[in-house]
Amino acid sequence: MSTPSTAVPVHPAAPSATNTGMTPPPAQSARSRTTERVIGLLALVGTVCTVWLGLWVTPPDRTQGDLVRLVYVHPGVAWVALYLAFGLAAVSSILYLWPRTRSLFWDRLAAASVEVGVVFNICTLVSGSIWGKPTWGVWWAWDARLTLTAVLLVLFLGYLALRRIPAEPEVRARRSAFVALFAVLDVPLVHFSVNWWNTLHQGATVLNPGLTLKIHGSMAWTLLLGFVALTLVFVWMLLVRYRIGVLEDWLDANELDAAVAERQAEGATPAGGAGAGDPLGSGRDPGDGAPSERVGVA
Amino acid sequence: MWRDAALVAGKDLRIEARSRVALTQVAPFGIVALALFAFALGPDRATMARGAPGLFWVAVLFCTVLAVQRSVSVESADGARDGLRLSGLDPAGLFLGKSVAVGAQLVVLQAVLAVGVVLLYGARIQVPWMIVVSCALGTVGLAVTGTLYGALSSGLRVRETLLPLLLLPIVAPVLLAGTRIWQAAMTGGTPSDGSQWLRLLVLFDAVYVAVGVVLFGSIQETA
Repeated sequence: MSTPSTAVPVHPAAPSATNTGMTPPPAQSARSRTTERVIGLLALVGTVCTVWLGLWVTPPDRTQGDLVRLVYVHPGVAWVALYLAFGLAAVSSILYLWPRTRSLFWDRLAAASVEVGVVFNICTLVSGSIWGKPTWGVWWAWDARLTLTAVLLVLFLGYLALRRIPAEPEVRARRSAFVALFAVLDVPLVHFSVNWWNTLHQGATVLNPGLTLKIHGSMAWTLLLGFVALTLVFVWMLLVRYRIGVLEDWLDANELDAAVAERQAEGATPAGGAGAGDPLGSGRDPGDGAPSERVGVA
Repeated sequence: MWRDAALVAGKDLRIEARSRVALTQVAPFGIVALALFAFALGPDRATMARGAPGLFWVAVLFCTVLAVQRSVSVESADGARDGLRLSGLDPAGLFLGKSVAVGAQLVVLQAVLAVGVVLLYGARIQVPWMIVVSCALGTVGLAVTGTLYGALSSGLRVRETLLPLLLLPIVAPVLLAGTRIWQAAMTGGTPSDGSQWLRLLVLFDAVYVAVGVVLFGSIQETA
């Protein structure tokens, strides 16, 4: 028999949680755990292969030299951050607002997507800056696409700041979905305005109108693999973040119950089990004046 | 809807007429902002005149944040927000009314700031109608988005810090468009220089007015 320790917080699997009649945490099904692991493994393998191909196998560029190797990273993270993450967050926020598809699933998916998207967005800006300094001569230029990326990052950060405010899950979900919707509506407007404002960035390499690759051979394949690998990394992070989101919501709902149960268990322990069944913890040291006083009042 | 809008706008403007917060606090703040920009850019009037369009709009944005905060805070005391919701007013009318009240205050503020820019920075306006149109369209966009975000953040204790973070990036197109139109109006450029920006402002206004009219009722429920 294990001795109960007060230092350990109530673990979802701790027997005390079930003894006090608390809702057990939502368990992850075996299938989703396997999916998560397989995708994680594929993402790892893909990333390692991209690094190997990008750094050792592919040739340096005629004009840019080794700098061109950033092409295997930068467009990939930008694709994840600007299209995949933001797009997914937009779609799931709208699906949450749509009465027929309203479910906390979409809310959590949007939240996870934005949070992972912020990481990729920052990676986009950092890798772009590293590339920009030697090629354009500046860390940052007020180019249309850079500006749009920065505005998106700020919009994302506002969304996350709003989510951090404690609220009922439904209220928070609805509020966040509205903010996401307003931001999505703003994106085309910002896009047009910054485009007219300034354009310096090169045209799209892969997603250009004709969908023809402007680079060839091993470089193209490495670039493609990089896109796939980064997408897998995104999906894996999304799954993990979603699972954490579910557990966080469970903790928010049950944290107080768990704390109360823990305190009661604490009070019951010194009595050596005599009063362990009493939820009011009357098995306390009889020498303590407080309980008897309280009884007297009652 | 229109009658409700007029009622709400009238109520907010009456509160403003009696409390004079916008006139005695927000407008002077705008002047302070103009003075600070001047200190930051140095005493060279040519630099200031060049920067005048952007500085005007940045000052307007800051004032918008303050005006919206005020518009929200008049509802936050004494359960006024719940009273409004219980009053049976059409949410769309409520949205338009609040927006009109904020917009009316912004028009006065912009007039003050425009005079300030002309006097303090020596900005020369060649095509006045472009200035007027850009200010009118910009006011609609700022008032409408401000009211939307004000309603979203109205119940939050961290409203003061959250509202600027959410609102200011959203209105970036208004800043860009307004600044470009002002630049065209000051250099005496042809109206076609500003026309695409005017269209952008119209689009911005249309999108957020439509969103507000349709969704304001359910946005209120989140507070």
